[in-house]
Amino acid sequence: MAETTVKYGLMAQFDTTADTLHAAALVRDAGYRRWDVFTPFPVHGMDEAMGLPSSKVGWFTFCGGATGFTIGMLMIWWMNAYDYPIVVGGKPLFSPIYSFPVAYELTILLGAFGSLFGMLFLNRLPRLYNPLFRSARFSLVTHDKFFVVVEATDPRFSDTETRQLLERAGARHIEEVRD
Amino acid sequence: MAETLVRSVPSIPHTPPELERKPLVLNQRPFGWLSDHIAGVAEGKTPRWWWIAFVPSFTLMVVCFSCITYLMTTGVGVWGLMVPVAWAWDITNFVFWIGIGHAGTLISAILFLLRQRWRTSINRAAEAMTIFAVICAGIFPLIHIGRIWLGWWLLPLPNANSIWPQFRSPLLWDVFAVSTYFTVSLLFWYMGLIPDLATMRDRAKTRIRQFLYGLGSLGWTGSNRHWSNYEKAYLLLAGLSTPLVLSVHSIVSFDFAVSQVPGWHTTIFPPYFVAGAIFSGFGMVLSLMIPLRTLCHLEEVITTRHIDLMCKVIMATGSIVGYAYAMEFFIAWYGGNPYELYAFKNRAFGPYWWAYWTMVTCNVISPQLFWSKWARMTPWFVFIVSIIVNIGMWFERFVIIVTSLHRDYMPSNWAYFIPTWVDIWTFIGTFGLFLTLFLLFMRFLPMIAISEVKGVTPQADPHHPLGGAKAHH
Repeated sequence: MAETTVKYGLMAQFDTTADTLHAAALVRDAGYRRWDVFTPFPVHGMDEAMGLPSSKVGWFTFCGGATGFTIGMLMIWWMNAYDYPIVVGGKPLFSPIYSFPVAYELTILLGAFGSLFGMLFLNRLPRLYNPLFRSARFSLVTHDKFFVVVEATDPRFSDTETRQLLERAGARHIEEVRD
Repeated sequence: MAETLVRSVPSIPHTPPELERKPLVLNQRPFGWLSDHIAGVAEGKTPRWWWIAFVPSFTLMVVCFSCITYLMTTGVGVWGLMVPVAWAWDITNFVFWIGIGHAGTLISAILFLLRQRWRTSINRAAEAMTIFAVICAGIFPLIHIGRIWLGWWLLPLPNANSIWPQFRSPLLWDVFAVSTYFTVSLLFWYMGLIPDLATMRDRAKTRIRQFLYGLGSLGWTGSNRHWSNYEKAYLLLAGLSTPLVLSVHSIVSFDFAVSQVPGWHTTIFPPYFVAGAIFSGFGMVLSLMIPLRTLCHLEEVITTRHIDLMCKVIMATGSIVGYAYAMEFFIAWYGGNPYELYAFKNRAFGPYWWAYWTMVTCNVISPQLFWSKWARMTPWFVFIVSIIVNIGMWFERFVIIVTSLHRDYMPSNWAYFIPTWVDIWTFIGTFGLFLTLFLLFMRFLPMIAISEVKGVTPQADPHHPLGGAKAHH
């Protein structure tokens, strides 16, 4: 059975947020590209320590919100002023004032869909299978431990050098993850 | 630049004691303790108190649905409403329940934007409360339409007569506001649950639990590349929910304010309704959290400081509500409209005087007790006041709706609304529905946001000595 698995990467465990942040900065400075930090909660400053660019979720939110507002206004104009106009109390058939509350709610509704589904899309979730789940120790990532994983597909990955780097960073435990 | 970051990370200046943050979790509990104790509530054997609470709640829920079935099969004549009080008990209940929900969104969204870190201990349960309260609220306008099987006419779907909904009506704005509110609250709540469902998955002892929590957590690993997008999405959802929650009760108040009825046609309604909603919602959060923190042994996570802070919100919003009551009277007199003035005199001294003064006692006087620190720090006392606040806010909606309607312009149209047993039991039954849903929630899902509470502990901060940072010498 062991023959069918391939090496996924090296997983190093840390016990405190300061150690993890320090290790992340070391791995970033060593020039690795296919690696990640796993934490039970978002650690302040980790994005900078990993050198991550700002998240792009906002664009999905903006597109959702803009779509919602446009759809709301067009729908009300089309239904109440074009497709079946009914004069009520001599008021105009369409006005951006009376249609605003509904268009406003739709802006928020589709903006919220954009945020959640944009986040899931950028994170490529749902993804129910992950090689890291094969490690029994990794289940502590949602409990109280912190992990730095360098993938074997990284061009700079080397069994000895990467392991040495993680050891130098103060890892409490290093293990190889196989897929 | 990268070099300086690496070198500066582990060292921190010493914090003077007067600037130390007060701990949000008592006794410096470690991360593991938090997951064990919070997730533990939803694991293991069901405690006896849960069944003692669940059985009567479930029975009341059955009573609620039985009353609704009786109403649907017989007709709205089984209710006490009539002309001129055509909006009576049911719309009172609708506004009451939708208002309850507002505290959940205030805690989850507005306090998040204001960086109030204490919200993390209560936001999950408060958001659940929001969702369940909106479900209870949604029932009432739907059954109030009488022919409930035509409820889909409220939606912009092509109906049999090829007529579209009338978007000039605030009632239709309400349909959009409430359904958006429900959907966005659900999305926000679920998104907050994803990392905690992963915790539940990793702790699961049985295959079925592992599978179900695993499905819910969508394969969450705690990857920082994921957290980065997640935190941005959370911030954006908070930013969207804030104008949403303010708009929902404003639009509910438009149902009244846009009409021409004396007592309803006032511009103060939107802010006054929003303040009242937050006031009543915090009352409900406290009514739920004070017993639960003891029953679930979570006093170290939901501390008396949390209760103290919530009491201050109640005091502030209760004072806004009291100011609004006074301002309504002032404008009724100062505005010079005889119908408006009559409506308000009648509200306080007319046939429904007892409802008006119950409302004033509960909503204006009771929150002022929280000026005393003892009152804010004593859970049993806060619990009693929180119940009084909710009674008062129900009466507020009753007063606004019934007293404004029962004196029509023509004295021949005057009437006195009395609820029937169906009215009363439908309303009491919704508490059964609400509590049933809430008890199921806390039995199967983590009722406190585990990952968020971990994030506000001192050891979560890489620049804090407990987070592993080394102090300056």
